[in-house]
Amino acid sequence: MQVQLSHPARTVEVKGPKKVKDLLRELNLVVEAHLVIKGDDLVTEDEMLYDGDQIEIRPVISGG
Amino acid sequence: MNCTKCKTKAVIDLPRHNAAFCKGCFNGFVHDQVARAIKSEWMFGKDERILVAVSGGKDSLALWNILLTLGYRADGLYVDLGIGAYSEQSHTKVTKFAEAVAASHGATLHLHTVEQEAGAGIKELAQLIHRPTCSTCGTIKRYQFNRVAIEQQYDVMATGHNLDDEAARLLGNVLHWQEEYLDKQGPSLPASVAGFAKKVKPLYRLSERELAAYAVLNRIDYIVEECPMAKGSKMLQYKEVLNRLETESPGTKQTFYWGFLEKQKKKQPTATTMTEKDRAVLHPCASCSQPTTAEVCSYCKMMARAKTVIPR
Ligand SMILES: [Zn+2]
Ligand SMILES: [Zn+2]
Repeated sequence: MQVQLSHPARTVEVKGPKKVKDLLRELNLVVEAHLVIKGDDLVTEDEMLYDGDQIEIRPVISGG
Repeated sequence: MNCTKCKTKAVIDLPRHNAAFCKGCFNGFVHDQVARAIKSEWMFGKDERILVAVSGGKDSLALWNILLTLGYRADGLYVDLGIGAYSEQSHTKVTKFAEAVAASHGATLHLHTVEQEAGAGIKELAQLIHRPTCSTCGTIKRYQFNRVAIEQQYDVMATGHNLDDEAARLLGNVLHWQEEYLDKQGPSLPASVAGFAKKVKPLYRLSERELAAYAVLNRIDYIVEECPMAKGSKMLQYKEVLNRLETESPGTKQTFYWGFLEKQKKKQPTATTMTEKDRAVLHPCASCSQPTTAEVCSYCKMMARAKTVIPR
């Protein structure tokens, strides 16, 4: 699956199937600081992601 | 994972509340948290006029959206800081939201452009007067929000500060034992003296992740990109540490900040003592008459310096 990341913007390829929780862990990303979006929809930690899915991992932290 | 409330498919899990919600129930949760904040901290009523400080980021646009949805009279104020493409993009997002959403509620958007008044954008300005960009930015935003609120006779000024912002600020203040700042860290500050608007933070019960989720779910188009000036800032470091703790022990941030608020409430400083303190030290700036502890306020000092170095 294609995973889009920010800060800096980049795309990585990850092998499915994989749970959201495990994807974040594998990329060393903190759950509380990110949202996972599949296509246009938010998904929860236990959602299974498959090859061919378009995934965006969006950081939620801003400077303020 | 299913929604804790209605058992349909959940779109977000909230470990700190031991819950998961579908879109509808999550919106209900968010609106409820804001309504609770407004009520418990005596922020404002339905007939009062609110000025929302909007930046184009998720928090302030979500706040504006929530207040309008809940039926409050809320207008927006955008301060264009003149930080190149970042400011252009955030300005566009704010304008779009104002036209597509706020206008249908009868709400309007005010605009202040730093470059127009100071003769330079925030970054150049900070360099020219030899001050850190973020503190220059802070001074200008605080000043302009207050000025517009007073001039346009708003009853209260609302900012999009969330649980993460407040917990990170509290952590910074505690790490450096800046106790003098703790009194002002509540979510509702009274208009202590003439010339100062009342300031409130209706999102202090919601985390940054929850607000980002609210924006995504409700198709609020916000600027995801980080302010280029804030990169590597202390605030971001504190937030990162807190989020690591939160992921391991859900509820850490709220226990920290809400616990602090509880303690402050029990101890004092009540609104009256804070007001008394302010009245003792504040008087009108000799130049612009906004309240200040000095002869001339820090904003006017900054603008005076800018005038000597920026050719107009
Ligand atoms: Zn539900
Ligand atoms: Zn002044």
